[in-house]
Amino acid sequence: MNKDKFKHGEELFCPGHRACPGCGAALTSKLVTEATGPKTILSMPTGCMEVTTTPYPESAWGISWIHNIFENSAAVAGGIETAYKSFSKRGKEGYMDYEDVNFVVLAGDGATFDIGIRSLSGMMERGHDVLYICYDNEAYMNTGIQRSSSTPIGAATTTSPAGKESFGENIHKKDMPSIAAAHGLRYVATASVAYPEDFKKKINKALETEGPKYIQVFAPCPRGWKHESKNTIDIARLAVETGLYPIFELEDGQLTNVRKIKDRKPVEEYLKAQGRFKHLFKKDGGGEVVENIQKIADMNAERIGIDK
Amino acid sequence: MAKMMTGYDAVAEAVKACDPDVIPAYPITPQTDIVERISEMVADGELTSEYVRVDSEFNAASTALGASAAGARTFTATCSQGLKLMSEPLFSASGMRLPLVLAIANRSLSAPLSIWGDHTDTFAERDGGMIQFYAEDVQEAMDNIAMAYRVAEDEEISLPALSCLDGFILTHVQEKVEPFSRKEIREFLPERSPVHTLDPSDPKTMGAYARPEHWTETRYEVHQAQLKAKDKIAEAVEEFANIFDREYGLGYNGLLETYRAEDADVLLVALGSVCGTMKYIVDEYRQRGEKIGIVRPRVYRPFPTEELCEVLEDAEAIAVVEKDISLGYQGGLAIDIKSALYSNGSRIPILNFIVGLAGRDVKKDNIKNIVEQTKELRGKLPEDIEFGKEERWEPLRTELLEDDKK
Repeated sequence: MNKDKFKHGEELFCPGHRACPGCGAALTSKLVTEATGPKTILSMPTGCMEVTTTPYPESAWGISWIHNIFENSAAVAGGIETAYKSFSKRGKEGYMDYEDVNFVVLAGDGATFDIGIRSLSGMMERGHDVLYICYDNEAYMNTGIQRSSSTPIGAATTTSPAGKESFGENIHKKDMPSIAAAHGLRYVATASVAYPEDFKKKINKALETEGPKYIQVFAPCPRGWKHESKNTIDIARLAVETGLYPIFELEDGQLTNVRKIKDRKPVEEYLKAQGRFKHLFKKDGGGEVVENIQKIADMNAERIGIDK
Repeated sequence: MAKMMTGYDAVAEAVKACDPDVIPAYPITPQTDIVERISEMVADGELTSEYVRVDSEFNAASTALGASAAGARTFTATCSQGLKLMSEPLFSASGMRLPLVLAIANRSLSAPLSIWGDHTDTFAERDGGMIQFYAEDVQEAMDNIAMAYRVAEDEEISLPALSCLDGFILTHVQEKVEPFSRKEIREFLPERSPVHTLDPSDPKTMGAYARPEHWTETRYEVHQAQLKAKDKIAEAVEEFANIFDREYGLGYNGLLETYRAEDADVLLVALGSVCGTMKYIVDEYRQRGEKIGIVRPRVYRPFPTEELCEVLEDAEAIAVVEKDISLGYQGGLAIDIKSALYSNGSRIPILNFIVGLAGRDVKKDNIKNIVEQTKELRGKLPEDIEFGKEERWEPLRTELLEDDKK
């Protein structure tokens, strides 16, 4: 057996954490640390990644890491960034130079779209030099798969279940990248764990940009979405290939670098791969919801210019 | 050199002398003037702190918390609804052992909305692990800021501290104050030297979650740090007195002050500025040979149990006069004092007077009524107070109440 295979000495996000097999957020965490490197202070809200990586006295993190509460990780990061700005200006000894430190938030969609949006909006508006990364798994997974304002139409969650009178979630997913861009951010991007090199490149590009920046990365949750662990990447790729999760950059508010798709796949292919949408194919009237979801993909394609 | 200063000016001057690295600020009446004054200092280059104009008190506390975790000295100020909004990050700051210093311009909590002062805001934070100082006058409000930094940032303590001053009554009143400068305060307040920071060259995980096998001990240590803070406050007042020649309860470890209490039959216990009016009334009684005195806790958490028991033990009757009510029971201070005294074997009757809520004036006649009611209990026992009559509202405008509630 090749023991070197199991060495993780250089990794900044280490194995041994309690995330589920196939967890998109855990993969995100690994990719984030690979891209940011060690000169990073990561602020993380309460959520799956927080509880699975830091059960005291253990920690999966090889970088400086702080968790405070659910809805303030952007403000905590802003505070850290401001402290370093002050240390550098005042020439305080024993602290790394402000310019050399990456100030990063990694947060789930519940902490980003919903409960933490005040902190995030304030941090962006004030222009803190913070990269905010949202791992988007489209529901409150840590508390047991409740809907968030990121949950897409038609998805069954434990608070938007399918039932006699329900086809699951019935409200459109909040458009967070546009909200971030509306704060005047110089750099906003979406990404997907299915395209790790693209995601890491975007992190590096963001870190080179001064001020606040926002990246939203699509990160499937096998348990919440009810798919097999081995299918995480396939599903993430299908979300892009159907046009349901467009990959793009918004630089100074202008749409750039859209990932173009040749022959967009029908949304059924994506929906059928996940248990959270299965009622759409079993219940009378489900077809209508699927048609609406197809319309969302078509609108994305037109608005963002996905089609090759 | 002595100067006439408002409470908000004095607090701002104290903050300037203590020179925080990061000051997140958000307005709320009657605190606003503190952060306004500080913003002017920054605008004029008198203060080089990073001044962050945040979006809410919630994020003022959160920003301060992040900065403190990085190793910074921080300051912010709030009261009332703003303190409620800070409550969640402040409770967690004590658990994470992050020192934060806040000035609180005490104000009532909604509803009904009121911008005027009482202590219901800080009493609602009692169990959060924050050290709580209460000032009687503008000078003490200023001096307590320096003491709060010294104790909160002590590496054995590392806790948030609230330096409370009565909204409007102290924030907006001018008094003669001896200000201290940055140079003068350095001897008393060393630079912060945090044990742990978020320095990327020595990565740490801060704020890990604890399971049942660890959580209790984390909280126990916060409790121990609170108790230990009593010694640190005692050291702080002593050194403060040596350097600045101003004394704060030196005989009681800096935790409480007394006024004509030594031989008193009747003792009035109260926090903050109302003690000024009370002193005036006590002098009147003393002129007539009546032995009335005052005990004023300067610190509410950690609770000065031993010191209170010592100073109250020879009284014949006690009135706890407070601007707080734990709805459904009694005033918070009275509950604690009864617990301290009665568990030490005391049989002194204690009345609890709820006064000055939402800025209602506490007049000389109110204090006289309180003294007269308390005098009647001399020579009696706690059980001689009719059940349900331990707590009295002075005054209560019964004409405003529905008939059956009178």
